[in-house]
Amino acid sequence: MNFFILSIIKAAVVASVLLTTLAYLQWVERKVIAHIQVRLGPSRVGPHGLLQPLADVIKLITKEDLIPPYVNKFIYLLAPFLAVTMALISISVIPFGGEIQVLGQRTWLQLTDLNIGLLFILAISSMGVYGVALAGWASNNKYALLGGLRSSAQMISYELPLSLAIVSPLLLSNTLSLRQIVDTQSGSILHWNILRFPAPQIVSFLVFMIAAFAETNRVPFDLPEAENELVAGFHTEYSSMKFAAFFMAEYANMVTVSCITATLFLGGWQPLFPAAWGSNFVPAAVFAAGGLVAIYHGLNPARRRDRLTLPIVGVIFLAIAALFLIPLLQQALIPLFWFAAKVGVILFVFIWIRGTLPRFRYDQLMGFAWKVLFPIALINLLVTGLLVALS
Amino acid sequence: MGDADIPGVTVVQPESPAEPQETEAPGPRRMVLNMGPQHPSTHGVLRLLLELDGETIVSAQPDIGYLHTGIEKEFEVKNYQQGVTLTDRIDYLAPLSNNLCYCLAAEKLLGLEIPPMAQWQRVMLTELTRLNSHLVWLGTHAIDIGAMSVFLYCFREREDILRIFEMYSGQRMMTSYFRIGGLALEPPRGWHKRIKDFIDVFPSRVDEYEELLTSNGIWIGRTKGVGFISLEDMLDWGVTGPMLRAAGLKWDTRKTQPYSSYDKFDFEVPTRTENDVYARYLVRIEEMRQSARIIQQALAGMPDGRWTADAPHVVLPDREKMKTQMEALIYHFKIVTEGFRVPAGEVYQVIESPRGEVGYYMVSDGTAKPYRVHVRGPSFGNLQAIPEMVKGTLIADVIASIGSMDFVLGDSDR
Repeated sequence: MNFFILSIIKAAVVASVLLTTLAYLQWVERKVIAHIQVRLGPSRVGPHGLLQPLADVIKLITKEDLIPPYVNKFIYLLAPFLAVTMALISISVIPFGGEIQVLGQRTWLQLTDLNIGLLFILAISSMGVYGVALAGWASNNKYALLGGLRSSAQMISYELPLSLAIVSPLLLSNTLSLRQIVDTQSGSILHWNILRFPAPQIVSFLVFMIAAFAETNRVPFDLPEAENELVAGFHTEYSSMKFAAFFMAEYANMVTVSCITATLFLGGWQPLFPAAWGSNFVPAAVFAAGGLVAIYHGLNPARRRDRLTLPIVGVIFLAIAALFLIPLLQQALIPLFWFAAKVGVILFVFIWIRGTLPRFRYDQLMGFAWKVLFPIALINLLVTGLLVALS
Repeated sequence: MGDADIPGVTVVQPESPAEPQETEAPGPRRMVLNMGPQHPSTHGVLRLLLELDGETIVSAQPDIGYLHTGIEKEFEVKNYQQGVTLTDRIDYLAPLSNNLCYCLAAEKLLGLEIPPMAQWQRVMLTELTRLNSHLVWLGTHAIDIGAMSVFLYCFREREDILRIFEMYSGQRMMTSYFRIGGLALEPPRGWHKRIKDFIDVFPSRVDEYEELLTSNGIWIGRTKGVGFISLEDMLDWGVTGPMLRAAGLKWDTRKTQPYSSYDKFDFEVPTRTENDVYARYLVRIEEMRQSARIIQQALAGMPDGRWTADAPHVVLPDREKMKTQMEALIYHFKIVTEGFRVPAGEVYQVIESPRGEVGYYMVSDGTAKPYRVHVRGPSFGNLQAIPEMVKGTLIADVIASIGSMDFVLGDSDR
């Protein structure tokens, strides 16, 4: 019985945190891109536009839900549902932290630990293609059709280097369970798969990241929705929440892929260096430093309204820093901090690239997958296998 | 028609023009894609009928005319000075180039001598216009190919230029600052410093764009070898401007047929021989640097003197003179009420606009209104190269190719 209650609670927490993250990821993206592009980004709804995601959700929900004529209604309605479901499911096998004890119950900071967790994620992400491809096909729109075709070809092609890039760290960890993969990387940064003896997986990390960009349809691989060519690509005919579903699916995919990257290559929730060297105090120190900086700027404000807002933010940060020092919470919060930090850095890279690079052409994209990424991933796999076997 | 005159706004005419004849019905494997007139990358209201085999273009038919405004006809009911305001609306990204060409044509008919100060100012302003236009081109071209940030960097600089325009004329885009016989007003105080401040930092900004694009592998992959059309075809279709220079032909009317004392400035005409989208990009980037050079020279050697020609029957007198001198008052009355008469004759004036050769063919019958004004818009000639250029390429190449043409539909439809 306890298992079910715990699972439900965990699922509820993970779902709500994930959905909020998705909404705010969009806000972060808009802010970061805006600052890359010398503008302000959302700034009207709430302080620094912090309520913008809320406004967007309200707007999208209240929009008219159009179904264009001559579409295949069943598939047209199924597609966004499929896309968003498949995008959200994979989070269930990601470990966010180690084993903790809550009210006498021992549990893992993970929804479920499948012994084939990684295969499960690969299978689910392959299913995600259906959402996009079916949307393009069912919309009865030429742009959508081209977008759907492009994305199915693209996602299937990039699945290969992606899988091959995943296999090499598996050779090091020798398990498919994500929890055990993280456990084998414990110690310090030198034990993470990306730098691990005997076969550092830097190459496969890069291949994985590139393929992940393609899998999630992000710049420079955003051809399926290349708005300057295909208007909006596969979701041209979608409006209201159905459009939002695709939007959410894209961001959920980004988060999932970042989580997998962190888990596979960057040691998951393992800290940068062992707790014996004081890594437990890093989160508190980071937040405290942030809080002090905010308070300092609040006392010497650049703008008038900063005199109020920045000290408040500073105090909040100091409070969070204090939370990290409470021994009872430490067991849960510190792994979460490291995990969130790693995922955050990867997500930032996603956004950063979007502000910088142009877009590939369709044939270049396919050529890149088959002629460059695939051989590199294959060679890397062979070398890794050799090194692992020799050591 | 009045609606379509809103600057920068492209208005789709409600009545759709006749469907262009398709030469053959598409086969079972072909798909006809109607790109535009409402499409994010057709830069206004260009309509392209693409026949596709997969994503490969079998044939492309450009369909223009959605922005037809009847400007050429309208010239005939306006007197000469009023016509200047119409020229702004033809190419709304390079209004001053069109102003200049129109004024030069009328001045040629009138036989006016323009004082050096006005000429220098004109050169400076048309070069600023070139920067303005090239910046819009670079921004939109880059965003078409997916480089989003370049767009906003370009518009940051364009904003500076528009502020400079606003400073002297009160208008950001449709300035109508050039008048037949010189300039509309004396340049305001502090204006030269404003331009100098801008032009001193501008080359470093061009470096910024180049850092993002010129050696970027994806950018090169998307643009190199794309959009080729032979030089002979270009000349046959009447393609001009940077496109021609990217094909290796050093043809720039600023050098070959100097006007408005361009011959007194020291600048290079950049050319490339690759004749692809990348070459056109490099040519335009280099043109921006050369324009900055010209503006710096114009600022350094700005002559003193009046900003209008000594032609009381054409140029409005000073307010001061008007209040004290009888003749000035009479001239003012005559010019304002009925305009000035232009000797009968015809003239063709051509200048180098940012897009290529813009030409004004003006026929006068001796009255105060032109008998006929025909505009040779560079965009029209350049657009004709589309079918040849995109045949056999991919949809993404179509976007890159039409981006590299830098057309303005107002200029081609008029």
